[in-house]
Amino acid sequence: MSLVAGAAVALSVVAAAPASAPMARVGPGVLRPVYVPEPGVTEIAVGGFELDRVPVTHAEFLGFVLQHPRWRRDQVPALLADAGYLAAWAVPTSLGKEVEPDGPVTGVSWFAAKAYCAAAGKRLPTEAEWELAASAGRRGPDGRAEPGFTQHTLVAATAPVPAGRRRVGQDAPNFWGVHDLHGLVWEWVLDFNGTLVTGDSREGKSADTLRFCGVGALAAGDKSDYAGFLRAAFRSSLSARYTAASLGFRCARDLDAGAR
Amino acid sequence: MLRRAFWGVAVALISVVVVSAAWYAVGSAQGPARRSASADADLGPPQGEPIKAQITDAPAVPPPIKRRSPAKVVVELEVREVTSEISDGVQYTFWTFGGKVPGKFIRVRQGDTVEFHLQNHPDSKMPHNIDLHAVTGPGGGATSSFTAPGHQSQFTFKALNAGLYVYHCATAPVGMHVANGMYGLILVEPPDGLPPVDREYYVMQGDFYTVGKYRAKGLQPFDMQRAIDEQATYVVFNGSENALVGENALRARVGERVRLFVGNGGPNLVSSFHVIGEIFDKVYTEGGTRYQENVQTTLVPAGGSVIVEFKTEVPGTLILVDHSLFRAFNKGALGMLKVEGAEVKTVYSGKEVDADYLGDKVVPSTAVARAAEALSRGALDPKAQIAAGEVLFKGTCSVCHQPEGQGLPGVFPPLAKSDFLMKDKRRSIEVVVNGLSGPVTVNGQQYNSVMPPMSQLSDDGIANILTYVRNSWGNTGDPVSPDEVIAVRAKTSRPPGAAH
Repeated sequence: MSLVAGAAVALSVVAAAPASAPMARVGPGVLRPVYVPEPGVTEIAVGGFELDRVPVTHAEFLGFVLQHPRWRRDQVPALLADAGYLAAWAVPTSLGKEVEPDGPVTGVSWFAAKAYCAAAGKRLPTEAEWELAASAGRRGPDGRAEPGFTQHTLVAATAPVPAGRRRVGQDAPNFWGVHDLHGLVWEWVLDFNGTLVTGDSREGKSADTLRFCGVGALAAGDKSDYAGFLRAAFRSSLSARYTAASLGFRCARDLDAGAR
Repeated sequence: MLRRAFWGVAVALISVVVVSAAWYAVGSAQGPARRSASADADLGPPQGEPIKAQITDAPAVPPPIKRRSPAKVVVELEVREVTSEISDGVQYTFWTFGGKVPGKFIRVRQGDTVEFHLQNHPDSKMPHNIDLHAVTGPGGGATSSFTAPGHQSQFTFKALNAGLYVYHCATAPVGMHVANGMYGLILVEPPDGLPPVDREYYVMQGDFYTVGKYRAKGLQPFDMQRAIDEQATYVVFNGSENALVGENALRARVGERVRLFVGNGGPNLVSSFHVIGEIFDKVYTEGGTRYQENVQTTLVPAGGSVIVEFKTEVPGTLILVDHSLFRAFNKGALGMLKVEGAEVKTVYSGKEVDADYLGDKVVPSTAVARAAEALSRGALDPKAQIAAGEVLFKGTCSVCHQPEGQGLPGVFPPLAKSDFLMKDKRRSIEVVVNGLSGPVTVNGQQYNSVMPPMSQLSDDGIANILTYVRNSWGNTGDPVSPDEVIAVRAKTSRPPGAAH
């Protein structure tokens, strides 16, 4: 009885969230990860949270850098960002003509993304949260129930890096009202190195623990979610100071924090 | 007592080992060993300054290594994700080692120390790594080369084993990375090199899986389900249907020795590699040490290789195929090697006859049919025999003895007014039934050639022909009956060497 009531409340909350709000309410839900956390466990319960509807833009990140000069590319320590950090910008304090202000910011390290979110009173989403949001289709929380979803997300994931003029929020929102989860940019998550795809992703065991393992191993969950495998491989290739021309981020927030 | 028994067994075992080792060194039935150096030969530390490896795009192969000492060889390989044509008007986003499919050809010497730099271009969307089958170590280098876009990795290995090895990306999902073209070949030359040849080429097969059908135009994305089902849309050499045809065909001249370094990236299909119009003189099976000789078609495993060698004998276009033929005809697994030079008619004539062929659709000659019908009634007469014999003579005998039985002076004896023919009826039957070779004198002229037995003719057919011959062009004689032919055939044996 109480479970039914809880579900009804959750649904009404989702319906009540205005589409124009910068953050969408996502979850609670059940995630079926491509790499299972331990043998036999194919589902992970994810609590509700708020997620930016679109990735952080160049213009927004420029505002952050101007307010926090230590994150300028000419001032950031090499320990916190590699040589590609904000390299597309004309100068450390201006985007220049080649960069679309409303395009997703890229060339940002995990440290910088984390600092940006903290300054906004938010945090990076966890991998499970991000994946839960991304697993939704247009009509329901599990896109795999919708025809063509798996192939579409794979094609989007493998499309070449956009020329840099694409703006955020141009695609149709998913069930949770979130845009750009497939095909615009890769995105940092808080625990990007939580899923340990080892250097050789065919190994049947993890680098450090027995919890995770590579593709083709017995611990792979949904083997048809190739886009999921690509994301996992991408994340596991990163270090926190790395940047990439195809890598951006968005922020999340606990439901409690949003209520406060 | 026990100890003695133990030693007895041990000695016996050792002698077995020695004997089998000696047998192995002599060479198995597979063919002679190509290389003297054994697999575990280290061949010593690198000497001299580090050398930057020459690497080439297919179908080119770096030149043979002249060095006779091990060196440190630096290989720099850049991963790029590029969109290019897989077929006319059909684009595909390839993931490449060096910008093209297959990846750059790497050539080192056994014993070399290879310092490997894997660079992932900043525009890449995916992380990549490399597993070289020439590496002895975890993951073939993959564990040490996982590289995010805009970064590079370095590792070093010693090329312990000679051979032709595949390398490929091993990042999850591995099949997809390979299906997108992430493979190439590395040749580890034996210490004394390979035997010199005139041409070396690099050919690598791969299977591709697209959402659109074969030759559906436009940019075609990878189709995961087709890949899992192993239903390739394209099977091509060197990354494109057009990589080795037309202007891009491989080239050689008549009389040259050609060596093909052939790889198969897969990810799924095994290749039945064949060159139409050639026989491989040597096939270093699976890219290994020993060769088989005189091979028509050789298997190239997915993730495997082969070295084939042949000498071009005649001009023309040799066609490289996967002899799983629907791949060649319907999916693109076809390449060309154009051989130029002078014709060698003794090896291959070209088309010598272009004529109608009716087979069993030939309407039986009415004269022959009439004679056969008369024979069946027991009413065969010379007139019918001569009419039938004329038809049969023209179809069989006139090629040599000429239409009027005049023969060719000095080559084919005449039948017209022939003393040899008319002198001995039984002998004339024997000649047709059993053939005739060696010197004969006809009308005072010597002939020395061979007439094969006319095995294709029936007894009554021979009777009809001889009756015709004995009553044409000035000859006059009694008819030959089928029974006479049967009697001769029963009593004579075919002379040796007269087989037909």
